[in-house]
Amino acid sequence: MIHVTVIDRQQNQKTIQIQETEDSNLMQILKEHNYEMRATCGGMALCADCHCLVLQGFDQLQAPLDQELDTLETRPDAESISRLACQLKASESLDGIRIKLTAYAC
Amino acid sequence: MIDTDICIIGAGPVGLFAVFEAGLLKMRCHLVDALPQVGGQLSEIYPQKPIYDIPGYPSILAQELIENLMEQISPFRPGFTLAERVDSIEKDQAGKFTVLTSEKTLITAKVIVIAGGLGCFEPRKPAISGLEDFEGRGISYFIKDPELFRNKKIVLSGGGDSALDWTIFLAEVASELTLVHRGESFRGAPDSAEKVGQLASEGKIRLLLESQITSVSGNGHLQSVTVAGKTRQDFAFEADHLIPLFGLTPKLGPIASWGLALDKSAIEVRLSDYSTSVEGIYAIGDINTYPGKLKLILSGFHEAALMAQSAFKYVYPQQKLSFKYTTVNGINAF
Repeated sequence: MIHVTVIDRQQNQKTIQIQETEDSNLMQILKEHNYEMRATCGGMALCADCHCLVLQGFDQLQAPLDQELDTLETRPDAESISRLACQLKASESLDGIRIKLTAYAC
Repeated sequence: MIDTDICIIGAGPVGLFAVFEAGLLKMRCHLVDALPQVGGQLSEIYPQKPIYDIPGYPSILAQELIENLMEQISPFRPGFTLAERVDSIEKDQAGKFTVLTSEKTLITAKVIVIAGGLGCFEPRKPAISGLEDFEGRGISYFIKDPELFRNKKIVLSGGGDSALDWTIFLAEVASELTLVHRGESFRGAPDSAEKVGQLASEGKIRLLLESQITSVSGNGHLQSVTVAGKTRQDFAFEADHLIPLFGLTPKLGPIASWGLALDKSAIEVRLSDYSTSVEGIYAIGDINTYPGKLKLILSGFHEAALMAQSAFKYVYPQQKLSFKYTTVNGINAF
């Protein structure tokens, strides 16, 4: 089982348990766990609605592809620890990470 | 003043197809969209992405679908008001609606159809203290007329293609141009990034990398911006205009204040015809919600068809509506 700690858009922190699933990503999993998740583009790394800051475990994640980096560029509030949840596959590499969801508006 | 049968708010795929369904019933439509082009998020966010669940098309590019829809509705000659956001909807005692846009365009209609998707696309705004105080007074998010910037001190912020392209263009127009970018390099088109680097090394622009604007100030109009850099102290410099360029993101916007029953950010509708809590106003596509709602383009097309039948009965309660197939009757253009 993979454990991910999430700070939601209202600043509440909770640790969720997820299963390694092919064809699923952290954005979809957060949606399934009833986190507020608009995901305008549906998971194509194009809208940045699922932007999150990886407060712990950033370096253990798979490196971002160009499209994700391009889209992160459009977030004025992006930081060096920014990722798009839709690009993080539901794999063991997520175990132990702590993320913070950010507002859509930025 | 524009007068029409149905005013459709949102020119995405569902709003466009609503023109077709209304047209079959001889109702004229006028579309309004906050974006400067039709197509909604298909054109704005993923024009070159293939869509696989449009019936009859094993695969179609998002932009191609929009072009096809424009061709399909052209016999019904819809009107368009683009790059204007609908700010208010008023209903008079006779039941006629008046729509007012951000640019003060007035549209009167018998029926309103909200096909607004996720809301209006609005510019992403950086968190800069005092930013909103100078919007329209030195701070803007779009460049409509570059001549407004001639011989002015301009600051652009951002690192994408738009920031690079405008830097190259405005370098010739502005008296002084500064590009502020948080990254140490650009992810935009390599050619453009190279050109910007060249302009900076020739002294034609000031390029501030690994930097962010932290505050703006002025006296009624923008006069200066303060920039914080990774490797140097904060400093302020004179600026007549600041243009943050970080793309667009949808916001529900004024729709929330139109007196419609909402569930979170979606408009509640009746399942039978997608009418809202206000008689004469319908909501179709991603903007609505009902039990079993699926946010799919094909669901929106179905909603458009049922909406048009209901809207006809609402506008012409005395007329008999006989259902006709296009295969039998063809398209009777007007």
